[in-house]
Amino acid sequence: MTLLGIRNLKVYFYSEDGMVRAVNDVDLDIGEGETLGIIGETGCGKTILGLSILRLLSENTKVEGRILYKGEDLLKLSEDEMRKIRGKEIAMIFQNPLSSMNPVLTVGTQVAEPVELHQHLDNQNAKEKVIEMLKSVRIPLPSKRVNEYPHEFSGGMRQRAMIAMGLICMPSLIIADEPTTGLDVTTQAQIVELMKEVLKDSGTSMLLITHDLGVAAELCDHMAVMYPGEIVEYADVRNIFKNPKHPYTRGFLDSLPGRGLKPIPGISPSLINIPEGCKFHPRCSYATGRCKKERPQMKKVGEKHFVRCFLYD
Amino acid sequence: MLTFILKRMCLMFIVILGVTMMTFLIMHFTPGDPAEMIAMARYGVDDLTQEDIEWIRVQEGLDAPLHIQYIKWLNHAIHGDLGCSLINGQPVLSEILVRFPATIKLAAVSMLVALIIAIPVGIISATRQYSLTDNVSMMGAMLGVSMPNFWLGLLLILLFSVHLGWFPVCGYGGFEYIILPALTLGTGMAAITTRLTRSSMLEVLRQDYIRTARAKGLSEKVVISKHALKNALIPIVTVIGMQFGRVLEGAVIIETIFAWPGIGKLLVDSIYARDFAMIQGGVLFVAVIFVIVNLVVDISYTYLDPRIRYEGVK
Ligand SMILES: Nc1ncnc2c1ncn2[C@@H]1O[C@H](COP(=O)(O)OP(=O)(O)OP(=O)(O)O)[C@@H](O)[C@H]1O
Ligand code: SF4
Ligand SMILES: [Mg+2]
Repeated sequence: MTLLGIRNLKVYFYSEDGMVRAVNDVDLDIGEGETLGIIGETGCGKTILGLSILRLLSENTKVEGRILYKGEDLLKLSEDEMRKIRGKEIAMIFQNPLSSMNPVLTVGTQVAEPVELHQHLDNQNAKEKVIEMLKSVRIPLPSKRVNEYPHEFSGGMRQRAMIAMGLICMPSLIIADEPTTGLDVTTQAQIVELMKEVLKDSGTSMLLITHDLGVAAELCDHMAVMYPGEIVEYADVRNIFKNPKHPYTRGFLDSLPGRGLKPIPGISPSLINIPEGCKFHPRCSYATGRCKKERPQMKKVGEKHFVRCFLYD
Repeated sequence: MLTFILKRMCLMFIVILGVTMMTFLIMHFTPGDPAEMIAMARYGVDDLTQEDIEWIRVQEGLDAPLHIQYIKWLNHAIHGDLGCSLINGQPVLSEILVRFPATIKLAAVSMLVALIIAIPVGIISATRQYSLTDNVSMMGAMLGVSMPNFWLGLLLILLFSVHLGWFPVCGYGGFEYIILPALTLGTGMAAITTRLTRSSMLEVLRQDYIRTARAKGLSEKVVISKHALKNALIPIVTVIGMQFGRVLEGAVIIETIFAWPGIGKLLVDSIYARDFAMIQGGVLFVAVIFVIVNLVVDISYTYLDPRIRYEGVK
């Protein structure tokens, strides 16, 4: 069953340099209990895509299309209705827990907020729930640490607290934005293990935003490769690694340490100056005249495998 | 915390030393013979003789070299003796203690008025950036900053006391007496604090943790009052300490205009009379108060911002 269906999503910013198309015609589905990975270089609009689902983008943004959650279009809900979704139905684990946690409130206070709000727990019950939650994300001495502030936590512990904050209301969908970035390798592995376990136990679906393919391979069922604002390839994890179709996906894989460390030539584009036609054409060794003028559409190339490239026309 | 306070006390001592030394120098380099001025104040202009003047010079130690005079004064001051008024012979300390409550009352009410206006207006301005409310309050703040204290004071007296007759023109007494001077003194501070609250709030609202708070489903009211306000207050509290200095400074003029019997007016009167002992004592007292207020402000930080922990804590 589809839990979240994104249809034709477009996100624009009106900035001083003109209109920025941060997300362009994105279609995605996440099934119940499924984890979908979004991978792509920095600045390609992954976070914006995640934020648009919760409608947390700033006011100078225009969002078009449909975001169907359990069949209901989130973009049509009122602000009050949307607040009942946030944190309760769909929770977000933010990139960079240090800046994403309030420096002047204790970790306990911040983790407790969703249950106090959505499950109307009183202070005492919420605190017990928080301690239980911190224990389940393996934070040692939880009854002491609830009273500490974010800066007193290590990076890995903060990330765990952030995960606890997201999961405390048992949402149906978690949007996890780079949950392992900035952590050392051992801690990364621990966080990945933890998330795997937690997702399996709760049956929660997840949209995992990352530029770490290793993490994506561990956690995802399906993967979508993003290149400035667009999905260029969508497939299950096995196919992305064993049978990548899009030249960008191949380049991305070849740039990995275990696979030759060959960087993709050219610079990664900014959202401000997006090339005409296929956005990848200035860096693509297969590019033809058509690629410069025409924008390729998503083509089915196999069972649940789609690619945006003229090579497969 | 203890080390921090001790360190600050040392610094405080140096500041106070500097301030009193400066006052001493400035006083002695202003034109006019101090012994003559004092003699005139004591005996009147008419039957003043050169002997009287010389007698006062020796009597009050004004003939000694400047640094000797200063060290003598400092030595007494350290022992809690600020000397006696050169004019009426009253002990300086008791005179100051009599006047002090009036100044504190004025300063406290002014700051209260300023904060009660500034913080809510600043918050509303920030949450509705570029709205009509925001533009009007920012224009008001601009006006408030640029109006000189004494001018505003005279304007208020003219309007509310002379024309409308709502408040007494000047003097000291009940509630109705404090309104105009407090308003005059509070306006500048309110204006500065409004602008600061707005910009601090705008800065905080851009932070990632505000987005996190919204992502939990919290209402905008809770996001502002629970998540944003405490962070936004941190820079405001710093400035309150400095503002207190400005309020004391402003009090000198305002107390004179409104005939408010505080330390400010005492200082102005003493300066006219060249009552050195009184000036020195008054300045010392004000400096000590100022430094103590700033220390209290710094300590109150620790409670607002848990990231700041002074050496020795924890
Ligand atoms: N409010 C805004 N107005 C204009 N441009 C914005 C705004 N917010 C973000 N952008 C731009 O949109 C682009 C995409 O940002 P986004 O945060 O989604 O990238 P990302 O894929 O998450 O990158 P990273 O891997 O670094 O997190 C960025 O280049 C950013 O500068
Ligand atoms: S459409 Fe053309 S330019 Fe784009 S990826 Fe395919 S071959 Fe390369
Ligand atoms: Mg991002």
